[in-house]
Amino acid sequence: MRKYWIIQRKSFSFLVDKKSAFGIVVLSLAALLAMLVSIGVGDMYIAPWDVFNALLGTGLDINQLIITEFRLPRVLVAFIAGASLALSGAILQGIIRNPLASPDMIGITGGAGFAAVAFLTMFSDDSNNLLLSINYLPLFAFAGATIVAFLIYGLAWKDGVTPIRLILIGIGLMALLQALTTLMMLIGPIYRASQATIWLTGTVYGTSWKEVKAILPWFLGLMPILVLLVRRLNIQGFGDDLTTGAGISVHRERFMLLMICTALAGSAVAFAGAMGFVGLIGPHIARRITGSSFGGLFPASALIGGIMVVLADLAGRTLFSPLEVPAGVFTAAIGAPYFIYLLFKNQ
Amino acid sequence: MAVLTTSNLTLAYGKEPIIDELNLQIPKGKITVLIGSNGCGKSTLLRSMARLLSPKNGHVLLNGKDIAKRSTKQVAKELAILPQGPIAPEGLTVLQLVKQGRFPYQSWLQQWSREDEEAVMSALHATNLISFMETPVDSLSGGQRQRAWIAMTLAQGTDTILLDEPTTYLDMTHQVEILDLLFELNEKEKRTIVMVLHDLNLACRYAHHIVAIQDKTVYAEGAPEEIMNEQLVEDVFQMSSTVIPDPVFGTPMCIPFGKGRIVRHVNTPQYA
Repeated sequence: MRKYWIIQRKSFSFLVDKKSAFGIVVLSLAALLAMLVSIGVGDMYIAPWDVFNALLGTGLDINQLIITEFRLPRVLVAFIAGASLALSGAILQGIIRNPLASPDMIGITGGAGFAAVAFLTMFSDDSNNLLLSINYLPLFAFAGATIVAFLIYGLAWKDGVTPIRLILIGIGLMALLQALTTLMMLIGPIYRASQATIWLTGTVYGTSWKEVKAILPWFLGLMPILVLLVRRLNIQGFGDDLTTGAGISVHRERFMLLMICTALAGSAVAFAGAMGFVGLIGPHIARRITGSSFGGLFPASALIGGIMVVLADLAGRTLFSPLEVPAGVFTAAIGAPYFIYLLFKNQ
Repeated sequence: MAVLTTSNLTLAYGKEPIIDELNLQIPKGKITVLIGSNGCGKSTLLRSMARLLSPKNGHVLLNGKDIAKRSTKQVAKELAILPQGPIAPEGLTVLQLVKQGRFPYQSWLQQWSREDEEAVMSALHATNLISFMETPVDSLSGGQRQRAWIAMTLAQGTDTILLDEPTTYLDMTHQVEILDLLFELNEKEKRTIVMVLHDLNLACRYAHHIVAIQDKTVYAEGAPEEIMNEQLVEDVFQMSSTVIPDPVFGTPMCIPFGKGRIVRHVNTPQYA
């Protein structure tokens, strides 16, 4: 038992895998570093030490302004969105029992994307003015994700919902939503189409504290639920029969997990756009570090997803400056080849 | 004394019943083996006795109480099921697998109590897997893997264990190894074991009680030496055979007829 720390007290007991714990500590430090660098680098370079000072409120006024007003909220939303997407993917891969599942594959992200594009094109008048405040877009996106999740579940239901039906119905809906999204963009004003494309790629451009305040409660609120779910998700990996055998109502559990997965993906997409591949790749890389047990997989996925989007946004802001490339371009640019590699290796 | 009872149990996947109005009693503290031809419903019956399939009609009683009306977590402390061909998540180690057997006893704050540790360790000892504790399940051999799954059901600490074809895909050595393990569990700890087996001869050797399923119901049940004969094999499996006492164990041994090479002619001894 050298690989574990055993904690056994009267009121609590845990078995902690040392390798996972170590991995999570390293990832946390990497995440902090990525955020510090991302805050410091931009049109105006601010050294890490000055970033630190500014965060503590003891830096130069100009640094303080740039960091707290512009860069910090952006980095925070990037991190939270990435973490949420990766967690959502980890849950989905757990319930579908397939490492290739992710919220963008079964139409949850697609539902949000369609709703957002529909919002941009339907509420736009002839002179390209929105009839409804752009502030409502996240709400539409979130609603789109949720409606699709219910649709998937409802359509997949046949004396319960099996993982394979869930994924097949999801892929079908995804194809339909993509077609509808394209249709929306074609019939809408051209100006909105380009705006929609950026949104569909995923970006945290122009993020302020308002977005942080909107996404943070979701993230923090869902965390304790995830902690409670770890054990139950672990056992789901063994299939419906053994899960039932261990004393779990499989279908009720699966529905609850799908809803949490949707809430995470929906909130991320609402504020950072339909960022691709984070939900797929994040948990994968995490699994290499912590193994498939969700106790370690959850925190590691969240950290990796967060780091991915923070770095993708950093690349998008700086590589082609003064042009801003949406962060989603970079998550896809790294994600897509990795995905192909996974498929190749799984053959 | 019956640990599991079915009363007027009707099972179906679609409209056509697979098991019809069955009344069956599984004796406590014994090894019971369900036999029957492919698709006769023996696995379906086993699954329903483990509440994995809800009946169209009738009830399954576990220790006298309707299994469907009890808390599924409570049932998990009394009855464990090992389904056919279980699959473990990629990269999971033997310890992580066996640990899952403790699920019904754990809570969020109690995930590795002393009782959990003892139960898991004794399950690993019983299945001879202590040295493979940190090995990923997917890199074990077929026999070891099946032992790991059995260890998981053992860790669940139930008096009754149901197994659906625990020896399928295993070679002869490992089949006997698994059955020996289950036999010892029954001998030493008086656990009730109910399983589906395809090998009639091994079924007759290890089972105290055999239930032959045919035409949606029980064709015959009882001790192998009492019920096993040519007529049963003919009716249940549509197979001509001769049934003789096993020269080593004395339990019934079924030799199926059919084509094949004949090396020498012997007088086939008549059984019973």
